Amino acid sequence: MSYETIIGLEIHAELNTKTKIFCNCSTKFGSKPNENTCPICMGLPGTLPVLNEEVVHLAVKAGTALSCKINKLNKMDRKNYFYPDLPKAYQISQFDLPICGEGHVEIETADGKRTVRLNRIHIEEDAGKLVHMEYEPYSLIDYNRVGVPLIEIVSEPDMRSPQEAVTFLRNLKAILEYSGISDCRMEQGSLRCDANISLRKVGQEEYNTKVEIKNINSFRELQKALEKEEKRQKELYDYGEEFRIVQETRRWDAGKGKTVTMRTKEDANDYRYFPEPDIIPIVIKDSIIDGVKDEMPELPVQRRERFIAEYSLTEKEVDILVSDKFFSEYYEGLVLLGADAKSACNWMLTDMLRLVKQKEIEVEEIPVKKEDMASLLKMVADKKLSVTSAKSVFEDMFNTGKHPEEIVKEKGLVQISDSGAIEEIAIAVLQANPQSVADYKGGKTQAVGYLVGQVMKQSKGKANPQMAKEILESKIKDM
Amino acid sequence: MSVEALRDGIRNKAFTSEEIVKFYIEKIKKEDGNINSYLTICEEKALQDARIVDEKISKGEAVGKLAGVPIAIKDNICTDGIKTTCASKMLEDFIPPYDATVVKKLKAEDAIIIGKTNMDEFAMGSSTENSAFKVTKNPHDLERVPGGSSGGSAAAVGAKLAPFSLGSDTGGSIRQPAAFCGVVGLKPTYGSVSRFGLIAFGSSLDQIGPFANNVRDCALALEVIAGTDPLDNTSSNKIGSTDYLKGIEDGVKGMKIGVPKEFFGEGLDAEIKEAILTSIEKLKSLGAEIEEISLPITDAGLSAYYVISSAEASSNLARFDGIRYGYRAKEFEDVYDLMEKSRTEAFGDEVKRRIMLGTYVLSSGYYDAYYKRALKLKKKIKEEFKEVFEKYDLIISPVSPVLPFKCGEKKNNPLEMYLADIYTVNINLAGIPGISIPCGTSKNGLPIGLQILGPHFGESKILKAAFALEGALK
Repeated sequence: MSYETIIGLEIHAELNTKTKIFCNCSTKFGSKPNENTCPICMGLPGTLPVLNEEVVHLAVKAGTALSCKINKLNKMDRKNYFYPDLPKAYQISQFDLPICGEGHVEIETADGKRTVRLNRIHIEEDAGKLVHMEYEPYSLIDYNRVGVPLIEIVSEPDMRSPQEAVTFLRNLKAILEYSGISDCRMEQGSLRCDANISLRKVGQEEYNTKVEIKNINSFRELQKALEKEEKRQKELYDYGEEFRIVQETRRWDAGKGKTVTMRTKEDANDYRYFPEPDIIPIVIKDSIIDGVKDEMPELPVQRRERFIAEYSLTEKEVDILVSDKFFSEYYEGLVLLGADAKSACNWMLTDMLRLVKQKEIEVEEIPVKKEDMASLLKMVADKKLSVTSAKSVFEDMFNTGKHPEEIVKEKGLVQISDSGAIEEIAIAVLQANPQSVADYKGGKTQAVGYLVGQVMKQSKGKANPQMAKEILESKIKDM
Repeated sequence: MSVEALRDGIRNKAFTSEEIVKFYIEKIKKEDGNINSYLTICEEKALQDARIVDEKISKGEAVGKLAGVPIAIKDNICTDGIKTTCASKMLEDFIPPYDATVVKKLKAEDAIIIGKTNMDEFAMGSSTENSAFKVTKNPHDLERVPGGSSGGSAAAVGAKLAPFSLGSDTGGSIRQPAAFCGVVGLKPTYGSVSRFGLIAFGSSLDQIGPFANNVRDCALALEVIAGTDPLDNTSSNKIGSTDYLKGIEDGVKGMKIGVPKEFFGEGLDAEIKEAILTSIEKLKSLGAEIEEISLPITDAGLSAYYVISSAEASSNLARFDGIRYGYRAKEFEDVYDLMEKSRTEAFGDEVKRRIMLGTYVLSSGYYDAYYKRALKLKKKIKEEFKEVFEKYDLIISPVSPVLPFKCGEKKNNPLEMYLADIYTVNINLAGIPGISIPCGTSKNGLPIGLQILGPHFGESKILKAAFALEGALK
């Protein structure tokens, strides 16, 4: 039986504000526990929240960047539930009147470009963090994150494979990063993603029961978790056990590589949403909407067009480069430092991404500084280093973080561009391979390739191959 | 002595603030054992603050509008370094590290905080019998209640244990105890006094206001505490002038005053009715135009009030979970058990009743039938009052349908207790200001209060009429 996978995502992104959503505490990540707290974010009795205008501004900006409808009149609501990381025992969020309505994000799929619709974006406050002590019978609470502003972006169930979900999240992340709305550091939790997934028979109209997956902490985990859940549901449908697919929240256990039941619909909370009486309805003036449009920096779609025009790259190449703000800036940095646009692109898309994938890191974590990368590319361009050597130097740079010059020196890899030295080797090679010489003279000009290879071998890869070819050809002619 | 007279005497060095504070503290020590209006007396700190004001005066430095005058504060208003308990076991040892905005403003005008007053737990009640610590008595009859929930603040002023005080009013909690204790009590327009530092009960209805023995003192106190506060998003920027004493003597001549017939129906005590009608005659003789009006929707106000205030309370009081501060149960199995036991052990019956009611009306499946309907009613009530105030300057009504009742009389009948709020709750739903002033006494010598209501930010008008009537009734 053939199935279609239906995926929708809910993304929480921390907004790039200096202070929290309802008080003046810092939003800095990595402070000492409970350092960034005050009576207001701790919800001490009598304190009141005052909405940070920057939060509204950034949420409108997010809505604009994601082509959303902006709800000029929106309001905050209380979502009530008891948990020790939530000091007021309610989260101030938005329920039936969010700040942004319908929007969309373009994704590249196996069958070309497609649009994923967004249902809404709303603003809310983050909760604290419980620290479960391994050897003690209690847990500690760090309230630094309480009141850090978030936007929650809810997509429609428009993705049809785990790969599409990953692409969607990458594109969304790129837009949020480009526009300066969020840092989007998944490993620090400033970008979090919950996924809803269900399967249906190909051709079926209505959706089947969906399952929500939480605790996804990277793109890789998103892909893996969705693939595992897809497989689990498929198996249940295949063997007539679909009654086991119930509306539930499943937790992705990265260590075990599977999803496990967290809670079912029956024990879901009744959040008793009601309008937040401490915050008056939010009215967004046209001047804010216009201001956001004016200050909007270059977004991925515009950078894409510019890269194609300015750097003569292919669409496929540019799609990969601009899919990440850091990556595209790294690329432009290399070009600005003098690297050839085409070869910089080739290096990044092949050698660099291969190692990123191999090491299972994010592109932001690439350990090679763009200045070092530019020096490496310059050595190749100046023919001081052969491409073959450069590749091995690059791997060392990636592994050790050392400067390319340092590695080249250590390994004695400086390319031989001294024609005298190459000539010496060439003469020896020609003498040892009379058959190839005869072939060449007989019209099989490709035989020179073999001879160049021999020169490279003799020189331990240090000879400049272009020079070697030229010298070999002229020597043969003279013979 | 009035607040103004005390302030002037202190400023003119007729006596010192220290002497005045000592006088009140001695009086509290001697007499409050019968009345139980205070929960905390800040003897040392008050005397210290008084000496600072005295020193400023002796040095000839400028002093504030309330220089050296002692004030009592309801125990749900946060005071930096002073216990603020809401008369609940939950917050028995809670000492806030911040002042409410109103307290900051009082301090800025050199008022001296002498103590914190008793109340119904978390301001839920109409008799101050719901305090976890003590039952406050009516200074006019020690067998009777002082009203509530600001019963301590009203009784302290009524018994002259403080020249003035602050209370809070969510559904009548200033006006009803003012009427019961024979003092003046004012509930300002929603948004004109900051709620920052007021421990919330019903956030969309709560308002802090003053108690005093005369209208002028009430006006002066309001002048000090009113104003837009950046720490309270619901505080209004349309408050206008807060110089409420200016023109207070202008009188009621030419004012059009409406008397809603719905407020004089069944259940209103005959003696109260008579006293109100007498006052209305006085106002007429002072030149006011009196007309009967109708506010039909207000009948529905009581149920809307209990739905909205309880819904908000159920959420506002959820933070008291025993995790960070406040009461924590001694023994528990896990974190949810800790929360459940702490809340079960530390909240009183009335608080629990309202939390349950509020949780119920907000739960899925019931929200539309209760909470949403109540909000619609609230809007309609507001509109109805607005229409009246397009034609009339003020409205006059009784404050309470009954005279101060005996302690214990209604304690076990919550519904009857809720009915005591029937004339006051609509005013909170509409967000308009209202003052309660004494307008006579019953045969048994119990005080009777009269309520003057005005449009949003119509405090000046209300105070003018109240001042005129106060003079006429002397």
